[in-house]
Amino acid sequence: MLELVEQLRAGNRRALARLLSYIQDEHPEARAALAELYPFTGRAHRIGVTGSPGAGKSSLVNSLAHAYRARGRTVGIIAVDPTSPFSGGAVLGDRIRMRDLAGDRGVFIRSMATRGSLGGLARTTGDAVHALDAAGFDVILIETVGAGQSEVDIAREAHTTLVVEAPGLGDDVQAIKAGILEIADILVVNKADRPDAQNTVRALKAMLDLGRSQAGRAWHHGRLLDQSETPLHAEPDGEGWQPPIIESVATAGTGIDDLLAAIDAHRDYLQRSGSLARWERVHIEADLAARLQQALLADFVRAVGPATLRTTIDRLARRELAPSAAVDQLLDRTNHQAH
Amino acid sequence: MPERKLRVLVAKPGLDGHDRGAKVIARALRDAGMEVIYTGLRQTPEMIVEAALQEDVDLIGLSILSGAHMALAPRILELLRENDLAEVRVIIGGIIPEEDIAALKAMGIAGVYGPGSSTADIIADIHRMVGAAAE
Repeated sequence: MLELVEQLRAGNRRALARLLSYIQDEHPEARAALAELYPFTGRAHRIGVTGSPGAGKSSLVNSLAHAYRARGRTVGIIAVDPTSPFSGGAVLGDRIRMRDLAGDRGVFIRSMATRGSLGGLARTTGDAVHALDAAGFDVILIETVGAGQSEVDIAREAHTTLVVEAPGLGDDVQAIKAGILEIADILVVNKADRPDAQNTVRALKAMLDLGRSQAGRAWHHGRLLDQSETPLHAEPDGEGWQPPIIESVATAGTGIDDLLAAIDAHRDYLQRSGSLARWERVHIEADLAARLQQALLADFVRAVGPATLRTTIDRLARRELAPSAAVDQLLDRTNHQAH
Repeated sequence: MPERKLRVLVAKPGLDGHDRGAKVIARALRDAGMEVIYTGLRQTPEMIVEAALQEDVDLIGLSILSGAHMALAPRILELLRENDLAEVRVIIGGIIPEEDIAALKAMGIAGVYGPGSSTADIIADIHRMVGAAAE
């Protein structure tokens, strides 16, 4: 067993921190360590926290972590912030709102930059969650970048996805656009002490009611996959889970007990309905697909070589060749079967 | 695509409640391609070192305007050693009297930057300090 893995399994926080860096840097050591750690994963309850910038995600994560610690559960936190597309740098500021978790060895907070990934998480966030899971944390809170509509990767990484809204951040139409609200297992209206909070609650309720009238809510995590129609995803949701709306004031700890109860209820539902096992398979499938895509593309580009790629791009730019025909030609060259 | 990003913790220990300078530095380091973990005001040495450990940073930048640098700096260096983080470089920005600079450097502070310092110099220094440490 790798020394790093041994240390991590023995509870060495420094080893965990180092592995998380290797994971983010896509260092070869990470690959070997994660392979050894994989059998120890799958235990933690993964809770995703997403929503608009300024909705109070970090404060909510802080309050939730506190509440779990009061119950004696250990908590790993991954807080994702965006990488600047111009410099490749990032300012990761989520710890500012988590300062009162400092000094508690039952909590481990790691900030991650997206490093070019667009779905609200970094490409390596899933591996980072595996590392925290294998390190033995009971609950893993994953905070996405401030997300609006299409940053829905979190639904593939979290058993329970919280979508956090706050009053006055957007008009009602924002709430009914497709995307982020559809991945919510639980909706949280934070800053619920604001006078216009009830408007937000009403808008979300109306939106949820509309959703319910479309009979037979699909297995929503499966919908994120590439249209795969395996029986796995077609399985009905049983009686289904209706996302509750929880009102909270994270900075004051108000509503956190309700939120914990809702998360527990969702976890129970996942277990009772068999959804947890299905989630696991969907999650694994999506992860495998992403890794295959990355590996196959890298392989393919290597096989074709830069000269051919350059020529192809030239011909595309001159409009001598259509993109779909270019793909067929490239695939033919490397004896891949296009279909 | 794999790339080792420099990770820097920018922290503001002590009780003064003014962090504009720290934010300017955080932003400048970001624009230089670094990942900057910004922890906000009123950090204790314990909080700073714990964050440095969890975030696996290469360097800590402290912003100190309160005059407490001669108490805070040795404590932070001591905690880093206790946590097996002695290789993490520490620099200080803020209002530091000339006569304290040599003492800070002697105790292991890698750089001290007064109000007139250019961010370009700080960035160049960081690359030199951490580049040497990382090899």
